Amino acid sequence: MEVNTKVNLSGLILDNPVIPASGTFGFGKEYVDFYDINILGSISIKGTTVQRRKGNPQPRIAECNSGLINSVGLENPGMENVIQKELKDLEMIYRKPVIANISGFSVDEYITLAKEMDKVDNVGIIEVNISCPNVYHGGLVFGTNADNVRELTKKIKEVTTKPIYMKLSPNVTDIKEIARAAQEGGADGISLINTLMGMRIDINRRKPVIANTKGGFSGPAIFPVALRMVYEVYEATNLPIIGIGGISSAEDVIEMMMAGATAVQIGAANLINPMACKEIIEELPIVMKKLGITSLDEIIGTAHKD
Amino acid sequence: MRIIENTKIALDTYKMILQPTGPESEKLKALVPGQFINIKIEGFYLRRPISIADWDDESLIIIYKVVGKGTKALSHMETGIALDILWPLGNGYNLTWIPNSSILIGGGVGVPPMYGLAKKLVKMGKKPRIILGFREKNQVFYDEEFRKLGLEVAVYTEDGSYGEKGFVTNGFDQAEYVCACGPERMLEAIYRKVQDGQYSFEARMACGFGCCMGCSCETLVGNKRICKEGPVLLHKELLWK
Repeated sequence: MEVNTKVNLSGLILDNPVIPASGTFGFGKEYVDFYDINILGSISIKGTTVQRRKGNPQPRIAECNSGLINSVGLENPGMENVIQKELKDLEMIYRKPVIANISGFSVDEYITLAKEMDKVDNVGIIEVNISCPNVYHGGLVFGTNADNVRELTKKIKEVTTKPIYMKLSPNVTDIKEIARAAQEGGADGISLINTLMGMRIDINRRKPVIANTKGGFSGPAIFPVALRMVYEVYEATNLPIIGIGGISSAEDVIEMMMAGATAVQIGAANLINPMACKEIIEELPIVMKKLGITSLDEIIGTAHKD
Repeated sequence: MRIIENTKIALDTYKMILQPTGPESEKLKALVPGQFINIKIEGFYLRRPISIADWDDESLIIIYKVVGKGTKALSHMETGIALDILWPLGNGYNLTWIPNSSILIGGGVGVPPMYGLAKKLVKMGKKPRIILGFREKNQVFYDEEFRKLGLEVAVYTEDGSYGEKGFVTNGFDQAEYVCACGPERMLEAIYRKVQDGQYSFEARMACGFGCCMGCSCETLVGNKRICKEGPVLLHKELLWK
């Protein structure tokens, strides 16, 4: 039995639905030591801001059962460096279109970022991060209010030609409301979820482990939350969804797609096993055959009642 | 890599010998002192980064302290077990910059990388002075191993229960070049007394291979990832002033 792992993400045909998530893959070069990254469906690059950012104070990482908390704080070299250097370097090692993940501190910054990324040849999709929990007055302010999401999406759509995916925060009362707002604003798709807000306390020091007290919780522990939210957003909108959150195996990919995702992003799994995406991509056809799936696009949303 | 030995050598301190198999052993030839390995421990999400103390053509040695549940689990592992390890990681000591007479300083579990470094320097015909610091007598390890390299070794304990009483900074007045590994407060105290050197840093890491920015810290020459550009940073790059 021949299986087809290709999926269509807003006109972009991906060889497979596996995309490393923003912030867990840098700009790709660290992974070249481990495998040929050209097998990846696409790559969501490190979250880019207009200005260069040094990120948050140390420590930024705390371990949890089945996951971790990070408070990196969008450390990145800034838009100009990303476009002039990082994306050009990436083009040399990765031949397919990538996803540019952008994060602003004002509507104007989002517009600037979207406009500039829209001009970059190897950017296939622009992913708008309105959900970073780690920067004060950062994206999360935009991502937790439906009116803001609608307005921001609309303004970004006015200045861009490439598909716009809004990356949503799970730290909201009703994810469906936010997703609908993105759709009303003209979004081409939705990426979800970003990390859950969490914290750990060092019981020896009696103080938070993370210097910034709280951070974003990711890893297999959040998979059921992500799955539920993808399931809800699939019913609430008719936008394609990139499912993100704790995915660690080919089975998880299939489960996420059955909930309604067209593609998936792998985050924390890359950090503990640099070969994670490769292993998942190699495992996918095997699991598909076992489950009698001939083409991945036929399982999208199949968990929903008719 | 397979565990060949895992024995207690001081209070809460273990020495583990690991043997790579097949083509992996080739990596031993290219190791640089100061580099580390990142060990997956069953039941824990993140790997545990541990510095390399010593190696030959067949195996490598790590010395680690039990500081939490992960390292506790590691201390219970029996010989013969194969561990999932990413290695070698990080940027080690630049040997050519270290002059003939330098001081190598290790504090607590900062001692192990200094041993690998001392061994390499001796092989190059250099004769560094060694200063080791521990909290108390039952935590002391490897001072004899350094002496066996033919080096002058001073040991300091905070309570004077072994060697001299005091801190490693009591062991020298002025120094032109120091290589050091240990708690950050110790490194800062050393930094203020010396003109130049290289220091190994510790950080909470997620990936250990440079892609998550979890361990990135500010230096005079921009941000550096402790796992990638580090763990060894240069005196002139540090922000302490």
